[in-house]
Amino acid sequence: MDDKFLTADVYSAQTLEERLLLGNEAVAQGAWEAGVRVVTSYPGTPSTEITECVARHEEVNCQWAPNEKVAAEVAFGAAMAGGRSMTCMKHVGVNVAADPIFTAAYTGVNAGMVIVCADDPAMHSSQNEQDSRYYARAAHIPMLEPADSRECLAFTRLAFTMSEELDTPVFVRLTTRIAHARSAVAIGLRNEAPVRPYQKDAMKYVMMPAMAKKRHPKVEAREAFLAEAANRMPINVVRMRSTAVGVVTSGACYQYVRDAMPDASTLKLGMVYPLPINLIREFAQKVDRLIVVEELEGLIEQDLLAAGIACEGKKYTGVQGELSVEKLRTVLCGQKAPSEAAQDIPGRPPVLCPGCPHRGVFYVLGKLGLRVMGDIGCYTLAALPPLSAMDACLCMGASIGMAGGAERAQGKAFSRSTVAVLGDSTFIHSGITSLIDAVYNRETITVIILDNRITGMTGHQQNPATGLDIHNQPAPMLNLEKLVESCGVQDVAVVDPFDLKGTEKAVRQAVAREEVSVIIARRPCALLDKAPHAPCIIQGCRNCGACMKLSCPAIVRGEKGVRIDEALCIGCGMCVQVCPFKAIRLGEVESK
Amino acid sequence: MTKAAFDLVIVGVGGQGTLLASKILGRLALKENCGVKVSEVHGMSQRGGSVITHVRVGDRVHSPIVSLGCADYLLSFEALEAARAASFLKPNGVAIVNTQRILPMPVITGSCAYPQDPLGDLQNIRIETADALAIAVESGSQKAINLVLLGMLSRHLPFSDAAWREAVAACVPPKTLEINLTAFERGRALNASPMQQ
Repeated sequence: MDDKFLTADVYSAQTLEERLLLGNEAVAQGAWEAGVRVVTSYPGTPSTEITECVARHEEVNCQWAPNEKVAAEVAFGAAMAGGRSMTCMKHVGVNVAADPIFTAAYTGVNAGMVIVCADDPAMHSSQNEQDSRYYARAAHIPMLEPADSRECLAFTRLAFTMSEELDTPVFVRLTTRIAHARSAVAIGLRNEAPVRPYQKDAMKYVMMPAMAKKRHPKVEAREAFLAEAANRMPINVVRMRSTAVGVVTSGACYQYVRDAMPDASTLKLGMVYPLPINLIREFAQKVDRLIVVEELEGLIEQDLLAAGIACEGKKYTGVQGELSVEKLRTVLCGQKAPSEAAQDIPGRPPVLCPGCPHRGVFYVLGKLGLRVMGDIGCYTLAALPPLSAMDACLCMGASIGMAGGAERAQGKAFSRSTVAVLGDSTFIHSGITSLIDAVYNRETITVIILDNRITGMTGHQQNPATGLDIHNQPAPMLNLEKLVESCGVQDVAVVDPFDLKGTEKAVRQAVAREEVSVIIARRPCALLDKAPHAPCIIQGCRNCGACMKLSCPAIVRGEKGVRIDEALCIGCGMCVQVCPFKAIRLGEVESK
Repeated sequence: MTKAAFDLVIVGVGGQGTLLASKILGRLALKENCGVKVSEVHGMSQRGGSVITHVRVGDRVHSPIVSLGCADYLLSFEALEAARAASFLKPNGVAIVNTQRILPMPVITGSCAYPQDPLGDLQNIRIETADALAIAVESGSQKAINLVLLGMLSRHLPFSDAAWREAVAACVPPKTLEINLTAFERGRALNASPMQQ
């Protein structure tokens, strides 16, 4: 096996200028400098900006995929065919992409293939705190973990080199505080990596049992080779300071350690899988006490204990949430915990925007008292009070399956008062097969597709139903009505969620029917609508509170009645429809 | 000389455009050869929730996150958010606060009240307030709150007027440069009498 990666100049020799880049921007820059040709991803916080940044480079075929599995397969196909490729996803996206990724470790690649996964400790924008490092171990794929933007660039370049020399996909793992932190980066030029020749090689790429049995030993041999080479990798760095305490750490945690324990010796892992066990053992022998500082699971600590290296870590740092300088000072240095913010300050949870089309649907669902199987997107915010119109939210596309399972457990009557809701992008991501399942298995559920013509929560990415691609160029537009019909759904309705009466009528009819019904609630995201707006006008309010049930940030209740915040209101008119006293009317846009 | 070393936290409400302020500060520090790290919030919390951005300047900056009780400056786009983030400030730290009030959903629905004087209980810090929204509107755009607050902050930092102008010009759309510079100058010229708390 080639090991030039051991001596490669990790940091770009030829630099143009220094810029302050997000970790995500630096990963994109590193991939571009490494000559990446194909990048494809599904957006997911905190990974989204990587693919958006790559898209600025014309040399790269860069596009959004409908989901992470498709993206990983396209990236694999590109690498197998000889072009360097990358796919980027959030931690839970790796679950979706895991199927191709595990077997790609067997086949290996031709040109370099890099998989970026961005974990979200503390769940700033996620539904769980899973630790992607388990995937590296489970799939036997090397994993690099940068600790700042400079390393994001350098390690991404290195990942491509390693991928080709070791003939395996390579993970680059980020966490939110690396992906979304800016630091100085010296950017360089693109090194063109010519497309490698494609050669049919069924023994390598057709993973039937007979071939896979021959590939599996290669996976094991590669891992053993890399585990040994890891001890000599320049990105695994020992810095001796005081020998009283030595810390093994990586990524953002390294930065916290340096601030909280400036005197401690450190072994900073640039590669978190496989581990440089001998290097760590030598380091351990030089210090009185060895501590592992890692966020989320105690993987490194477990591996060291298994190798007979005495260490401590999780008993101090725990497995939940993010670590921080002050937490390390408290749990490792015995300092007093700093006082948190005052307790009596009203919280400010995120809310559906004024004029959000989802509001109409959830208002109606709440009014009808229906059970709502929810999904992942801006609309998950409808679970919060005062709408409180959601019963469950599990993962991308799960709403349809959950509604179906509920019907199978409780009987068809249950579906007369239950709906599944999910967004356009989420439906395309992983709701389609569930809808086919519902029809195939004779369920009678109602599915509402909240089609706001964009992938919203991640910051407005195009998707197959919007008619535009990542470059905002026209693309074939997926017809959701026809798609749903061809899944076998006969009861399909399209409503405008601003029309509360029409939406209510459609929902009442759909849940009553003993067949699978789909309602497409179609209205572009309020943030996409740049037309001039006139705020609604309120006069003669009797303070009945009916409009407050809309949970609109632009409607504010006072002692003498509600008022409309003119700076926030976009005049969607839903409050006009719900006021029983006709005290609210639409404003008029001044013509210029 | 090493120009500057300070920790700063920027807070506001998702949608107020707080990221522009950190972008300008980051650019400024980089051009002035200061080490700098900026930590931003993207995603879910942008939808009208509390947002926070950390800016750390200096040659020995490791963590991109400002620790509680360690910030030299707090730049707040909203009064209640200033109170929420005040524990980031070190003793005698400076809070620069836009007095605008944006009601959070629990207040809108009446389940709790917006404090009468959100800054009243804060102790051992210096507070400079301004109606940055009004000044921004006078300058030509309500989006220029950023620059009014940065103008106020600029009096505390050792960067030249030219350096600030370069950073602003590099970070805002050319069409809005004049408005933004006007807002910056008005913020810088404010005769904010620091009130000791």
